[in-house]
Amino acid sequence: MALLEVKGLTKTFGGLTAINSVDFSMEEHQIVSVIGPNGAGKTTFFNMISGYYPVDSGTITFDGHSLTKLTPEKVAAYRIARTFQNIRLFQNMLVAENILVGFYMNLKAGIGDIILRLPRMRAEERAAYDKVMELLSYVGLAGKEGELAKNLSYGQQRRLEIARALAIAPKLLMLDEPAAGLNPRETEEMKQFILRLRDDMNTTILLIEHDMKLVMGLSDRITVLNYGEKIAEGTPEEIRGNEQVVRAYLGVEEADDEEDGGDAAAGEVLA
Amino acid sequence: MAQHPLRPGPAAFDGKTFAVKDWIVLGLMAVVILAAPLWLMADKGNSVAFIAFLASLLCVYRLRVPAWLRLLLAVVDLAVVMPLVGASSGTFAHVATVICMYGVLALGLNIVVGFTGLLNLGYAAFYAVGAYTYAIFASTQARNFMPFGVYPLSGNWFWLFLLLAMLVSGFVGFLLGLPVLRLKGDYLAVVTLGFAEIIRLLFNNLSKPVNITNGPMGITPIQPPMIFSLRLDKPVHYYVIVLALLLLTFVVVRNLQNSRIGRAWVAIREDELVARTMGVPVVRMKLLAFSIAAGLAGMMGVVFAAMQSYVDPTSFTFMESIVILCMVILGGTGSMTGVIIGALAVIVLQLQILKDASSYLTSLTTAGILNLPSWLNPAKYERLIFGLILVLMCIFRPNGLIPEKRVLQIKEKLGLKPKADAGGNAASKEG
Repeated sequence: MALLEVKGLTKTFGGLTAINSVDFSMEEHQIVSVIGPNGAGKTTFFNMISGYYPVDSGTITFDGHSLTKLTPEKVAAYRIARTFQNIRLFQNMLVAENILVGFYMNLKAGIGDIILRLPRMRAEERAAYDKVMELLSYVGLAGKEGELAKNLSYGQQRRLEIARALAIAPKLLMLDEPAAGLNPRETEEMKQFILRLRDDMNTTILLIEHDMKLVMGLSDRITVLNYGEKIAEGTPEEIRGNEQVVRAYLGVEEADDEEDGGDAAAGEVLA
Repeated sequence: MAQHPLRPGPAAFDGKTFAVKDWIVLGLMAVVILAAPLWLMADKGNSVAFIAFLASLLCVYRLRVPAWLRLLLAVVDLAVVMPLVGASSGTFAHVATVICMYGVLALGLNIVVGFTGLLNLGYAAFYAVGAYTYAIFASTQARNFMPFGVYPLSGNWFWLFLLLAMLVSGFVGFLLGLPVLRLKGDYLAVVTLGFAEIIRLLFNNLSKPVNITNGPMGITPIQPPMIFSLRLDKPVHYYVIVLALLLLTFVVVRNLQNSRIGRAWVAIREDELVARTMGVPVVRMKLLAFSIAAGLAGMMGVVFAAMQSYVDPTSFTFMESIVILCMVILGGTGSMTGVIIGALAVIVLQLQILKDASSYLTSLTTAGILNLPSWLNPAKYERLIFGLILVLMCIFRPNGLIPEKRVLQIKEKLGLKPKADAGGNAASKEG
């Protein structure tokens, strides 16, 4: 059974159809990418899975549970975590605290335990700090725990955001453009990191990405959106050879004008 | 070593981090810390000595010596010197009591405004609910509608009512929160403001058909607290009660702050949507913040009613909410020691400095030395001075006197220097 299954998902904002009847499914332990030109509805797609917008029509099913009408916190309870295109950390909290917020659901201390600071509450906190330290060294931020999140560099903030997402022990991790703003070397590192992540954390990864090198080298499957519609789906090889995808990326008229040159150019774009 | 001007330095008494300048500062502070309490003890009615004494408390907070020593100094000042002075000068005990009361209120409001980032302009309503809860039952007022029981209840009930009023106010906060917390920012602020006015008008008009609150006439006399047959109605008694409540509140709020609940609050302030995506039940956490803050205000309301022996709706106007909000903003939104110092600053200005200046100038006028028209009386410019201070704060210290600083709790584990937390301990005694 598919881990995540989306059927006929539609979302309109006023007259704009951001997502139009999209079907999508992915298996456990896969890495699946959603690609598409700017404004194709990729982030809207993510936001709908996260429960940010009410679904106009269609269904979202995760691990046998319907997510269609759930609020973001209920979605999180099914262990779906995500990062954001424009990094959204808790800027004025410490690096360690950012991750501790992600442990909220795992911590069981009641308000009485907390007010009296009972030993079991303290033990739980200490255990949580240990896990924070583990996560921080896993993403290469060891020693930064006492810094304010806003004082980290851009690349560090990206990694912290991923660490925070990992704190909820995600079954599905959604990464919204993890390589945005990274140089080629860093992008390659990110690729290796995401591959490692899937195996180390035994999770499933859904990502939005613009960097074709990353997408092609990483994904088990790729879904292509354009103007809110799914135009292609398949393995990286299939996507590379798909004419519709090429047109979407290069613009329809251009592709029409030079049929031959189009493919070559597409080869470059999707290389 | 770059030090925040109002932050305590490393608690370790480490000569290496001290430059000559630091030694001079340390010396001056030590002189103030030792001399001011002695001065006040020697001259128990001297307002200047009292202000110097309060300043010496700030010095204790900032002193760069080990935490235990600061704690000891604070305990001596607050638990020995102040009660002794208060026993002979009711005025100073009263000022200290009011500082502690507003300290608790500011800590409460800080949970909502500082931690959770929800602007609440109607905090005085919860204070009113607590005050009336005690006032009605600790006066003859309850006879009007209660079918059983003998009223006024004796002052021994005061202690139970601290808890009871906390629950009642907390529940009112919860009820208000249910519909209101869907709103954000300015909308929330306006609704809380409106709610506070509704509560006040309710108390103002709830004398008919059944006389519950006695309307604008207010309720008096109200029983003072008692322990068995001992009446605790001297200013110094209230000081001790309220100091204990302030310390208790500080510990409870700090424990909350350093828990999943406190982190959830700040996460909501920082980015509500992301907090939800991390699994934080935002509505529940906001309701909790609202209720706890309301409960603390309710508890202080009981003390207020007992201390004044009189309550009427005019004590709980919009201005009252604003004054508490000022303390939070002045002290440092989100900073627990900050808001207590904010309360201290506002109350000292209001009850001590301006009043003293006024009476001094009046005495000069009566003596014929100075001919000061009455409209120039400093006490009349209280709001103007507040306004000016707030404007200046916005320009020069937008994060407050003592800005929020986040500190990891389990430091030794994280290889951080054990510092700054000790400041919290010492400053919890500020009052």
